[in-house]
Amino acid sequence: MIEFWLSLPPLLQATLKGLAVIAVIFPLAGAGSMAERKVSAWIQGRPGPNRAAIPWLVKIPFLGRALQRLGLFQLLADGLKFFFKEDPVPGHVNKFYFFLAPAVALIPALTTVVAVPFGAWLDGDTVVPIGLANVDLGLLAIFAVSSLGVYALILAGWASNSKYPFLGGVRASAQFISYELSMTISVLPVFLWVNSPGMRGSLSLARVVEFQSLPGFWGGAWFIFTMPVCALIFLIALFAETNRQPFDMPESEADLVGGFHTEYGAFKWAIFFVAEYAHMIVGSGIFTLLFLGGWNPLPWVSLADFSALIGIAGNPLVVGVVSIVIFLLKVLFLIFFFMWVRWTVPRFRYDQVMVLGWQKLLPLSIANLFFYLVVIALLQERL
Amino acid sequence: MAILPVERRPLTLSERSYLPQIARGLKTTLKHIFAPNETMEYPEVQPEIPPGYRGVPTLVTDPHGREKCVSCQLCEFVCPPKAIRITPGSVPEGSGREHIEKAPEEFKIDMLRCIYCGLCQEVCPEEAIFLQNQFSLNGLTREEMVHDKKRLYELGGSLPDRHFKWDKKKAAAEHGNAH
Repeated sequence: MIEFWLSLPPLLQATLKGLAVIAVIFPLAGAGSMAERKVSAWIQGRPGPNRAAIPWLVKIPFLGRALQRLGLFQLLADGLKFFFKEDPVPGHVNKFYFFLAPAVALIPALTTVVAVPFGAWLDGDTVVPIGLANVDLGLLAIFAVSSLGVYALILAGWASNSKYPFLGGVRASAQFISYELSMTISVLPVFLWVNSPGMRGSLSLARVVEFQSLPGFWGGAWFIFTMPVCALIFLIALFAETNRQPFDMPESEADLVGGFHTEYGAFKWAIFFVAEYAHMIVGSGIFTLLFLGGWNPLPWVSLADFSALIGIAGNPLVVGVVSIVIFLLKVLFLIFFFMWVRWTVPRFRYDQVMVLGWQKLLPLSIANLFFYLVVIALLQERL
Repeated sequence: MAILPVERRPLTLSERSYLPQIARGLKTTLKHIFAPNETMEYPEVQPEIPPGYRGVPTLVTDPHGREKCVSCQLCEFVCPPKAIRITPGSVPEGSGREHIEKAPEEFKIDMLRCIYCGLCQEVCPEEAIFLQNQFSLNGLTREEMVHDKKRLYELGGSLPDRHFKWDKKKAAAEHGNAH
């Protein structure tokens, strides 16, 4: 089996691995929409979608009923609906860009996964990250590609040739530029910490996790404990970058109907939707890797210690699965947190978003960077 | 003292950062996640009908299963949307209730016209028509939505009677004083 896998040409291997990851992300993003509806329902004291059922599947004792109550069949029904419903194209749109926008939305959202390691296995004592590509470019590649996502919003807003989508697109561009700055600056201290002068520099996310699984008090602490302000700024900017409440400017259904996707329907709209959730998943993954210790089960308990503790250290496959499960659990919790915040906090006004981005977060992140510059310069040699 | 100066204290740093408030909001919504649902899952769970509810109008019998309506047609006349149509008839011979004289031969309520106002129930001198608890009503044809006498009695059933007015009248007549 493994020999056969290794005998395949590398390009085919990479393609298959990429497809496997997309096959996980895509349904997960779809399930995100259902989770959103369920979480909103629970917060508002409703049961949420729980009626749709596949006749013979729902007859399975306990399981069928539980799936129905969780709204899983509703998810399938919604997906089917998006496939088969009529997809009208308004007469006044620029057709080429109108069709291009959903693709431009989905491609960066799924491409960013390439540089995100999502698990690890043990080769003897060394921890080898599992991911599509463990490149030194790491986070820089993710930032570069995910920023392209805003073009989809601008394109959609502009190609729709109508007022509300246009306003949504304009807001999207302004918001993305404002928050990208503080987001990038806020993660610099993390990389200052994991790189020291004289050694080979790297922006790899796997390296960041490696530094959160070192022995000792300071080595084992997740970066959310040692750099809480960085984590906070990154999280807030992440909300803005993924268009989540309270930074729901491009969509803001209360004042812009549907924002950039007002003129979209059926499958093209669904692609925007999936892209938004894929962004959320990847964003949560990056936050997990940077600040929540990646695949380490608990602070101060690294994956290697944990697998030695429960006695699976000798079995790389099991360790790999366990690490991916731990990572996914953290990501899912963060996605739940995104939804939890969405149904708690009202939307900011547009000028408040701009003030928060430029006058509060940006100076704060720069001050934070300088603080950690000094701290790291003074402390790193001694720890 | 017409104007009360209100002290407007400037917001503290933590208030301006929104974060403690957001945390409190998150705590509140988390409580709601684990709180029981407010939703009544309707077809499985039926709502509790309060007393005095005005549901579908029905005809009722007395506890002995005897027809109460005497076909006076007051409900027909009072009905604002003219939903009620009564064809008066007589009480059949040999039933022991000939002294009542009249009974409806046919009693129709067009439920497509009915506005559930309850005036028929208010005006009825015999307490024969009641708007009871049924609130959900549908049909596939217009004809189905016109309730005839049989259906009205099916829906109504029998309700307790405090007076037994016609029994008393009959007893009085047998003792020699008709009224």
